[in-house]
Amino acid sequence: MTNTDIIIHDEKDNVGVIVIDKVIPEQNCECWIMENDKSAKIQAKNEIPLGHKIAMSDLNEGDTIIKYGHDIGKVVKSIKKGEHVHVHNVKTKKW
Amino acid sequence: MVIWKFQRVFLGYKRENGRAGTRNHVIILPVDDISNACAEAVANNIKGTIALPHSYGRLQFGADLELHFRTMIGTGKNPNVAAVIVVGIEPKWTKRIVDAIATTGKPVEGFSIEGVGDIDTIAKVSKKAQEFSMWASEKQREECPISDLWISVKCGESDTTSGLASNPTVGNLMDKLEPLGVHLCFGETSELTGAENVCAKRGKTPEAQEKFIKTWNSYNDFILKEATDDLSESQPTAGNIAGGLTTIEEKAFGNFQKIGSRQFIDVLEPAEEPTKGKGLYFMDTSSAAAECVTLQAAGGFNIHLFPTGQGNIIGNPIEPVIKLTANPLTCKTMSEHIDVDVSKILSRQMNLDQAGDELIKATIRVANGRLTCAESLGHKEFVMTKLYRSA
Repeated sequence: MTNTDIIIHDEKDNVGVIVIDKVIPEQNCECWIMENDKSAKIQAKNEIPLGHKIAMSDLNEGDTIIKYGHDIGKVVKSIKKGEHVHVHNVKTKKW
Repeated sequence: MVIWKFQRVFLGYKRENGRAGTRNHVIILPVDDISNACAEAVANNIKGTIALPHSYGRLQFGADLELHFRTMIGTGKNPNVAAVIVVGIEPKWTKRIVDAIATTGKPVEGFSIEGVGDIDTIAKVSKKAQEFSMWASEKQREECPISDLWISVKCGESDTTSGLASNPTVGNLMDKLEPLGVHLCFGETSELTGAENVCAKRGKTPEAQEKFIKTWNSYNDFILKEATDDLSESQPTAGNIAGGLTTIEEKAFGNFQKIGSRQFIDVLEPAEEPTKGKGLYFMDTSSAAAECVTLQAAGGFNIHLFPTGQGNIIGNPIEPVIKLTANPLTCKTMSEHIDVDVSKILSRQMNLDQAGDELIKATIRVANGRLTCAESLGHKEFVMTKLYRSA
C-alpha cells in the first residue's frame, strides 16, 4: 500500500483531510476515499498542516463544501483545486 | 453480524438496587455553594471519601431548580457511588435529596448546618463519613454481565482527526456493544447543529424523532435569542479551528460518527435517568465537556468514552473518563492524558474494526478498576448546568 497523505470521507466530498504532518506546494499527494476504498491523486498548491482540508476541485463563491457526503458550509472566496480550505474562504450556513 | 471476541463480564460492585458500579466512591455532596467548605473539610478528615463542591443551589426556581435536584439526586444514585452524605444549609432541600437517593437502598445520611455551625457539623458528618468509608472499603468486585455497563460518550477539543478516526472508533464500539444489552448515551445538542436533520432520522420511532427535533429547535431558538452576533467565537472553538475544523456543520457531522450506525430509542432531559431499557439514548446537554459528563453521570451512566483531537483533559469525580485520540501530535505532546491511541488509523496501519476492539479492551479494563489517565491526574470536574439566573 502506498502512503496516504489525504483521506476523503465520501466519494461526493469536494475536500480531503491532510493526515501527515503537512503537505507543501507542488507536492503530489496520494488520497484515499474511505467510503469506497478508492485512490486519487492531487497536487497541493499551498502548505497545509495535519488535519486541515484541501480542495479537490475548483470552487467558486457561493458553492457548497461537501464533507461526509453532506453540506458543511459555503465558499466565501473562490478556491482553486489543491488550495487550503478553512475559515478564510469558507463559512457556516447556520447563524 | 458482529462476532464478539471478548469476555462478556467485567468486575464491578453490585449495588442494592441491582445496578453495578465500576467504582466504589463514598461522596460528600453539598446541596449548595455555601456548604462546600463543610463537605471539603469532611473529605479532608476522612480518607476514602470525596467532596463534590459546586457553585449553585440557592434561590433557583422552576425548571432550573428541578434540574439542580435531578443532578444532585442522580449523582448520589449513580452505582459508582457506594454511600452518600448530603450536607446543606437548610434541612428541607437536604432531606428531599436524601430521600430520593435512599430509594436505591444504599447508605445515605443528610446534615444541615443552620443552627449548628460548620465546626459541629463537620464533627458529626466526619463520624458518619468514617463509618460509611470503612463499610464501603469491604465491598468486593464481583463478576457482572457486560450489560451492566452504562456507557456515555462526548467528544471535546475535536479536530478533523476526531471525525476521521476517534469518533468512528466509538461508533464501532457502540455497534458491537449495543447488541449485548448495554445502555448508551450521547448528547451535545449544540454540536449537532448542521447534522440535526440527519440525526433526527436516527430516532427509532416517530416519537423519538419528534422529541429530538423539538429539543434541537428549542436549543436553536435560545441561541438566536441570546447570541449577540453568531457563535463563531465559540462554535467551532479556537482549538477546533487550529485543528482544521472550519464550521459547526463540519464539527457536527464529525461528532455524529460517535453513534456508529445505531438508532436512539428516546430523548432524555438533562440528568434524566433512562427508563426504556437497554439501547442508545440522546440526552439534551450542553456541549461543554464537564457539564455534559456531569449530566450523563447523573443520568446513571457508569463509564465514559471521550474522543479528543487537540487534547481535552476533562475528568469526572464519579464516572471514569477514558480518552482516545487519533491525532498523532496530541498522542506525542499530551500522552499522560490519552488512554487509547488510535492514530494509526490515519496512516492506515489500523482499521476501525481493530480500533474498536482496542477501545473495548480498554473499556473493560477500566470497568474492572484500572485508573484512567484523568483519574490518575486528579481530574474531578463536577459542573452543574444552569438554565437561567436565580431569583
